[in-house]
Amino acid sequence: MNGSNVDAADESVLDIAADAKPSAMSAYKEIAFQGLWKNNPGLVQLLGLCPLLAVTATLTNALGLGLATMLVLIFSNILVSLVKDYVPKEIRIPVFVMIIAALVTSVQLLINAYAYGLYLSLGIFLPLIVTNCVIIGRAEAFASRNSVAKSAFDGFMMGLGFLIVLAILGAGREILGQGTLFDGADLLLGDWAAGLTIHLWQFETSFLLAMLPPGAFIGMGFLIALKNVIDKKIADKQPQVTVQGQVKRARITKVS
Amino acid sequence: MAFKIASSPHLSRRFQTSTLMQRVLLCALPGVAVQCYFFGWGTIIQLLLAICVALFCEASVLTLRKRPVLATLKDNSALLTALFIGIAVPPLAPWWLTFLGAIFAIIIVKHLYGGLGHNIFNPAMAAYVMLLISFPVQMTSWVAPSVIAGQPLDIFASLQMIFIGGSQLEISAYKMGFDGIAMATPLDTLKTDLAMGLTSTESLTKSIFSDGYGVGWFWVNMAYLAGGLAMIKMKLIRWHISTGLLGALYICASIGFILNPDTHAGPLFHLFSGATMLAAFFIATDPVTAATSVRGRLLFGALIGVLVYIIRTYGGYPDAYAFAILLANLCAPFIDHYMKPRTYGHRSRS
Repeated sequence: MNGSNVDAADESVLDIAADAKPSAMSAYKEIAFQGLWKNNPGLVQLLGLCPLLAVTATLTNALGLGLATMLVLIFSNILVSLVKDYVPKEIRIPVFVMIIAALVTSVQLLINAYAYGLYLSLGIFLPLIVTNCVIIGRAEAFASRNSVAKSAFDGFMMGLGFLIVLAILGAGREILGQGTLFDGADLLLGDWAAGLTIHLWQFETSFLLAMLPPGAFIGMGFLIALKNVIDKKIADKQPQVTVQGQVKRARITKVS
Repeated sequence: MAFKIASSPHLSRRFQTSTLMQRVLLCALPGVAVQCYFFGWGTIIQLLLAICVALFCEASVLTLRKRPVLATLKDNSALLTALFIGIAVPPLAPWWLTFLGAIFAIIIVKHLYGGLGHNIFNPAMAAYVMLLISFPVQMTSWVAPSVIAGQPLDIFASLQMIFIGGSQLEISAYKMGFDGIAMATPLDTLKTDLAMGLTSTESLTKSIFSDGYGVGWFWVNMAYLAGGLAMIKMKLIRWHISTGLLGALYICASIGFILNPDTHAGPLFHLFSGATMLAAFFIATDPVTAATSVRGRLLFGALIGVLVYIIRTYGGYPDAYAFAILLANLCAPFIDHYMKPRTYGHRSRS
């Protein structure tokens, strides 16, 4: 599965490379568009489904994991881009994996030190960022063949795209499941944030399906469907380019 | 004069979908009636609520999908789905359970997969599972049969209970002297008792059982059995799935009972408890989501029977038809693939 995803990402990178020549500005715009919408790691590449589905039960958890992933993604892209010229092609994957693992460990230690509650509630999914296909995918497909600045920007945009999807899914599930938003925000931001919790409505019983993994799958399905609908609307609005080719005769019967 | 040439089979009586569904509905009515007799007005109210919501959802989705609304509504399939939801939820459950269930069944399970004929899962059962895992407390507190509870709730009390909430009413019910209106189903009671270390014979002497069956449930199952046999007689369904299901359940339950009669209920108890007959004849035989070949149907039914026995005996939920049917729905294409009947004039593959 990984292989094919990376291949798909490869093609998009080649597209960027082709588009990028005219000006630097449009290249960055294209990277942003790819990360946030067209090639969104959550909705289109479907990378990192495991954390996406497992920790989005509340908005706080979703934001926490999204930020951690984004941080790792930016720095792994920068580091990979820095070392790309010195790493022999044959052993590049192990090197990338070690860079990513080191970064994830640092982020994990940071969260353990400064947001212990969040550390407990994210559990195993924090160290599991190391296996998130978005990160190795971007390292291999983008950072290992582009400049440092572009790689950092790509990491930021891909991370942001992932974070947005996580946040929307987390918010939706939290509202449906327990009728709140930012429940447990103090875990992420410190004690002052406990007042951020918004109670939208009170349930007699919580809607368990939204909080269980099946709810995440269903919500994810709806998000992807929504994106496809929007894409289709946009495509329909574009003026139709009609290609008028020459009419060729398939067979000509000579009379004479 | 033109001769009409039709392809074989030449002797066939074709049902329209609507006629078929209508007759299935009619065959289910005796069971519904018996259920109302034992468990009060709640069943009818839930049924009507489910039907209204389901038809409304069906109509709105059809409008959105730009499909013919009236013609499709007339095929009665939404009505049938609503019927199964209405009789599967506990009679005095709060209204939003049925409401959510009907919406989920019609919009998500049926129409998002492409409408009637394209749904992978049985809509009613998928909705039931959704409700069961989301609201386990509300979904497992069934009404005590009127025979035990003394006087049944009248229609207004039932309406109040469903639409406003039961806490106030339950207190007054206690004051009036009868022992609560909500209680576990016989299967649930047996399961809890066995977990607490009672033997099945001891458990079966409780007031919710009579003659070794759950009070009321025996007759409910008998009525659905009668309806099911009528359906086979009218050729609305084939006999294979029901036979496979009941046979497998009977065999599994017999083995369990022979090996350890103290901790297992007898085979007949399994056959006439919970939703056995309803599921065997009305739900598992759904033509869209079941297997289609003869051997495939037998296997499909048997798979459900075995799964039900395993989940009832070792699982966390007292009754298991919804889970078993959904799992078997998943296997149906696979079963069909390996159970292709031999084409006439060809040798069988093996």
